[in-house]
Amino acid sequence: MKEKKTISDHIFDISLYIFLSVIFIVTFYPFWNILVISLNDATDTMRGGLFLWPREFTLESYKSILNNPEIWSAIKVTVLRTVIGTALSVFCISMLSYSLSKRYLLGWKFFSFFFVLTMYFGGGMVPSYMVIKSLGLIDTFWVFIFPGMIGVFLMILVRTYIEQLPGEIEESAKIDGANDLQIFFRIVMPLCVPVLATIGLFIAIGHWNSWYDSYIYTYKPELKTLQAVLVKILNQFQTGGMMSQAQQLAQNSSRVPVSSESIRMAVTMVATLPIILVYPFVQKYFVKGMMLGAIKS
Amino acid sequence: MQTSVQLQKKKQLKIPRRNIWSTFKSQKFLFLMMLPGIIWALLFAYAPMAGLYMAFVNYQPTLGGFWSNLFSSEFVGLEWFRYFFTNGDFYIIMRNTLASTLITLLFSFPMPIIIAIAINEIKNAKFKKTVQTASYLPYFISWVIAANIIVTLLASDGVINALLKFLNITDESILFLQEGKYFWWIVAIGNTWKDMGYSSIMYLAAISSINPELYEAAKVDGANRFRRIRYITLPHLKPTIVILLILALGGILNAGFDQHFLLGNELTKEYSDVLSTYTFRYGIQNGMFSYASAVGMFSSVVAFIIVLIVNFTAKKVNGQSLF
Repeated sequence: MKEKKTISDHIFDISLYIFLSVIFIVTFYPFWNILVISLNDATDTMRGGLFLWPREFTLESYKSILNNPEIWSAIKVTVLRTVIGTALSVFCISMLSYSLSKRYLLGWKFFSFFFVLTMYFGGGMVPSYMVIKSLGLIDTFWVFIFPGMIGVFLMILVRTYIEQLPGEIEESAKIDGANDLQIFFRIVMPLCVPVLATIGLFIAIGHWNSWYDSYIYTYKPELKTLQAVLVKILNQFQTGGMMSQAQQLAQNSSRVPVSSESIRMAVTMVATLPIILVYPFVQKYFVKGMMLGAIKS
Repeated sequence: MQTSVQLQKKKQLKIPRRNIWSTFKSQKFLFLMMLPGIIWALLFAYAPMAGLYMAFVNYQPTLGGFWSNLFSSEFVGLEWFRYFFTNGDFYIIMRNTLASTLITLLFSFPMPIIIAIAINEIKNAKFKKTVQTASYLPYFISWVIAANIIVTLLASDGVINALLKFLNITDESILFLQEGKYFWWIVAIGNTWKDMGYSSIMYLAAISSINPELYEAAKVDGANRFRRIRYITLPHLKPTIVILLILALGGILNAGFDQHFLLGNELTKEYSDVLSTYTFRYGIQNGMFSYASAVGMFSSVVAFIIVLIVNFTAKKVNGQSLF
């Protein structure tokens, strides 16, 4: 039974397609634009007007940043913190969720409040800096791992998931004499793989994207993450933007291609690429994750 | 030993049949699994909260550790708060914070609703999927990358200026990021660009729970698609819209640090300085630790109060509008 389409239906359809095409272009084109600039010759880029296709295609910008030891060290630190940080976070969050999923836990109400309060209130920037400094974490790798180790919102997601698991399996394991540790690691954790994968992806993206901790808690160049290096490059560019164009040209032509726009775009691409690569997997999970969170809150 | 005596007393008062200590012992593994979380919360959430005492003293970093310095510093009461409210910065910082969040709300609130409704009306699954995939992507990149992209797009030889020249809106390139009057709008559009696709998921989920028979009945009655949206989709989205609006209003003092810090510069400081960047500049860069703590404490306490009000309101509204 197909309804016949009136003229107004057609107009409606066409405007829908136009509107959503605009949304598509607005969200997709910026990524295309940086790709185009990063693939264009650095000197030629200064002429401007690079929008749809590279004028002088070259991989020089990528070659020069991948030959840069600073970038390599940044990539190494970023990958390390992402792997170690995600593994540790998922491990600790899942254990915490399991304990807090047991309503008979001694002081359950107190502990729930104890953790949930940290979602809404905190000491803020300066006291946090002081505490982290007093713990001796400044200029160490662990400053990337410990301060953000537990995400209470993610803990609630996992806890909700655990609470929805059928309780009979745990009960029978308990009757067989298994203790809580054995039940958690042998039975509950394997069942939680889907939700742990979801929060793991979110945590990993958070680690990959974070720059603030590296920017303010570390001074050693070998502890700078990729995003922190990108902030430095952006700052240089922003300061450059305040000079007159003539000044800029004069300065740029003398030191091309060290801080050229193509280089900046190539670093941006390198920092974006892993996100785009894991994105299809995230997309599969994150709708679920978001809805779980919505139901809870 | 003392504690166990106290626990014994408590046992007699409250739980006569089961010993708290033996309950704890039977749950020792649960507590063991909670231990990393508890240590984390004490060190990285509660210790900084205690550190907020800085806002009430004249903290001087000397050779001692943070805590010994803190408690040996001179107590000044609410002096730093008074200083913040009475110097000229307060007005500018609050104006910028509120302007930035409210203008953001102006765009970022309606866009996801419109996108969700439009996506729902599209029959072509492939087109739908493509638009959704693209629109979620900006949510997952960092603000550092987003700021780099925005700076490039808005450059004097960037695509936005080229487009404006092509449309004859301007002859000269507009220096968007060097002039303060554009700043709030750039942040607002940047925020919307980053989050609109992702936020539309919530509305899409709400739409998918609408009974399809309602649309069929409306069709039979001769309602066109526009009317169906107006009289079926929108009324069903109303509870979600109300709740999300209340929650969004809860974040009114929370002008993100990243976007203001990364997109702002010396030339636009008059417009780009918000509570978080101000705290950062005084506390981390200029070493006025106590003053910055007071500013930080002001914003987190007010934000906390707003969250409480919002939660209360949301519960009330939710209870009424869920039928």
